Amino acid sequence: MDALMLLGDEALAQGALDAGISGFYAYPGTPSTEIMEYVQRSKQAEGIHRTWSSNEKTAMESAIGMSFAGKRTMAMMKHVGLNVAADPFMNSAFTGANGGLLVAVADDPSMHSSQNEQDSRFYGKFAMIPILEPSNQQECYDMAFYGFELSEKYKVPVLIRLTTRLSHSRAGVVRRAPISQNGLKTPDDLFQFMLLPAIARKKYQHLIELQNDFVCESAKSPFNSFQFEAKDLSKGIICTGLAYNYLNEVFQGKEIPYPVVKICQYPLPNEQIHELYNKCDSLLILEEGMPLVEEQLKGLAFTGMKPIHGRLDGTLTRDGELNPNKVAKALGLPDTYGKPIPAVVTGRPPMLCVGCPHSDSYLALNEALTEYGRGHVFSDIGCYTLGFMPPYNAINSCVDMGASITMAKGAADSGHFPAIAVIGDSTFAHSGLTGLLDCIFDKSNVVIVILDNSTTGMTGGQDYTAFGKLEDICAGLGVEKEHIRVFVPFKKNFPEMVQIYKEEIAYNGVSVIIPRRECVQTLKRKHKMEG
Amino acid sequence: MKKDIILAGVGGQGILTIATIIGTAALKRGMHLKQAEVHGMSQRGGDVQSHLRLSDEAIWSDLISFGGADMILSVEPMEALRYLPYLNAEGWIITNAVPFNNIANYPDVEDIYSEIKSIPNHVLFEADTIAKEIKASRSMNIVVLGAAIKHLGFTQAEIEDAIRAIFARKGEAIVEANIRALQAGIAIGN
Ligand SMILES: Cc1ncc(C[n+]2csc(CCOP(=O)(O)OP(=O)(O)O)c2C)c(N)n1
Ligand code: SF4
Repeated sequence: MDALMLLGDEALAQGALDAGISGFYAYPGTPSTEIMEYVQRSKQAEGIHRTWSSNEKTAMESAIGMSFAGKRTMAMMKHVGLNVAADPFMNSAFTGANGGLLVAVADDPSMHSSQNEQDSRFYGKFAMIPILEPSNQQECYDMAFYGFELSEKYKVPVLIRLTTRLSHSRAGVVRRAPISQNGLKTPDDLFQFMLLPAIARKKYQHLIELQNDFVCESAKSPFNSFQFEAKDLSKGIICTGLAYNYLNEVFQGKEIPYPVVKICQYPLPNEQIHELYNKCDSLLILEEGMPLVEEQLKGLAFTGMKPIHGRLDGTLTRDGELNPNKVAKALGLPDTYGKPIPAVVTGRPPMLCVGCPHSDSYLALNEALTEYGRGHVFSDIGCYTLGFMPPYNAINSCVDMGASITMAKGAADSGHFPAIAVIGDSTFAHSGLTGLLDCIFDKSNVVIVILDNSTTGMTGGQDYTAFGKLEDICAGLGVEKEHIRVFVPFKKNFPEMVQIYKEEIAYNGVSVIIPRRECVQTLKRKHKMEG
Repeated sequence: MKKDIILAGVGGQGILTIATIIGTAALKRGMHLKQAEVHGMSQRGGDVQSHLRLSDEAIWSDLISFGGADMILSVEPMEALRYLPYLNAEGWIITNAVPFNNIANYPDVEDIYSEIKSIPNHVLFEADTIAKEIKASRSMNIVVLGAAIKHLGFTQAEIEDAIRAIFARKGEAIVEANIRALQAGIAIGN
């Protein structure tokens, strides 16, 4: 077959399709979004589950359910999404899988589009399950097949960890012949998914017993390699994931003089790591993300008899993604940095699009709040977070999906007035409902602004589960009808908008205001498609 | 042949289309290719770049090394300079001269031009103006591409084939506008 030019995300999606998957479950999040978007465009995926979930927790749980039924399935999310899905994820290591269960998590080192930089390999280690970390697009594809087999062989979920550079970089991928889906089949052991303490204790014992098998699998994994023969034993190099490419890039065309261990499957194969350590005078650890391998090797009782270099001792930067130059410097090779960026070049931060509905919503909110000064607006994550920038300077917090409502509640509970929450419609569907229920339960004095642009804007315009139902949901949860206010955020409606904000700030209780106007980007796209 | 190209611009200016066209032509030749793109937050009117790597041999890194780029191909003059550390000593800057001014503190363009002109190998020209003149105002990006192909080592026919393949489903008028844009750009580059 001809090679397809695929993003790392797309290669994983195509691999899963060819490996007989029956359902994809995900909530959007950069850099993982393109996995589901690819599946949604794919003709081959017709009949396979591929609609968005409300959040990563519901996605993960649905995937566990599909695995229960014997089918192959995958949950996909960005790194912080795994925090949301952490409860079912951790417990799925105990229940194990029936049909192959993959959890694909895309990390964002250097925080290109994220509120933090965390390394999902720690979650995999925490859950004591195998981790696959592809180093190129072909491995993304192949690991879907391999991951499902591994998952079904040991009846465990398998974590696939991607990072931004691979997720969003394209290269040729060669496909294999597709295989058919699993049939429906309930677990042989009907206690498998029952985590009552008495059963869970046995499950934990079983998971502990499997650890040695997982290490053996890593030792013979086609994705790990162990090149011990080398000219220069002053240094042994351990690379994980993408770091292997940067190492080869640096030595382009020439043989690498040092022994090299490539790790793309975990847990670490300890015998081979020991062999490298014993053979070499020092080790250099190159890993994309946090120093997981380095910390494991150093441990607390490490005496430093042979130096281990990496991110912890400053040989590489402690934060941020790797690149060929960082790796070259860590090897003591010359820095090839070209001319510096001229001083005239100024920053060009992302900003709200011209005509964005959020812009009008914020200008009116600012006006309504002038008498109270700044420090009253708790916000959330989405395009509307850009309301932090001038000329708006409209918001004072951005922590995690849903936190606007609950932070406003906490502040209101303390007597802070007014306490305003500003949350996007998709974010509200993701994690806003339960917080709103808390507010209603306590009759908190909050104004919750749900910015309805009818899409998940920040990640490129995906649909979301609460679309068209916001007023009904709020009323159903118990918000009084007369305090659910809707307006259209246009400049010409400015006085009305300010008035509505002011009235609801004055009301002592839970108010919901819904500015409703479609995102100009999705609107443009629709017009293009229509004509 | 081996070419490492940084494509630069502002979100929405069409640099990924340039990458797709060059990539299609390279694949037709049977070359290896890697293309790192920017998705997400920075697409909202922020600076965007793509690392496009073509080679007759296998390519390792998705990212171009500092000092490793053969060309910075930019649809916006200030954005061309943002990636200067990537350019090698003999590398080319080929850039549109028309600023995309969506920030309050956009610098004096003359200062930007003089920095670009200090790079020995540069092509600096008003691609938007040319695109308008030939009634292909939405194909400014293809005009810039046209100015670059000589230095990229592709023939006009190869790039035209790629343009036809990529734009075919959008109709003949759009294909023709892009071919005109390419030819106008080539005239500048020569
Ligand atoms: C737990 C988690 N999941 C996903 C994301 C990625 N993410 C950030 S903003 C956003 C979309 C927000 O959409 P919406 O609330 O509708 O606001 P809009 O961008 O449309 O203004 C997503 C999916 C995240 N930051 N955290
Ligand atoms: S993508 Fe849509 S929601 Fe986001 S800034 Fe642009 S118009 Fe606003």
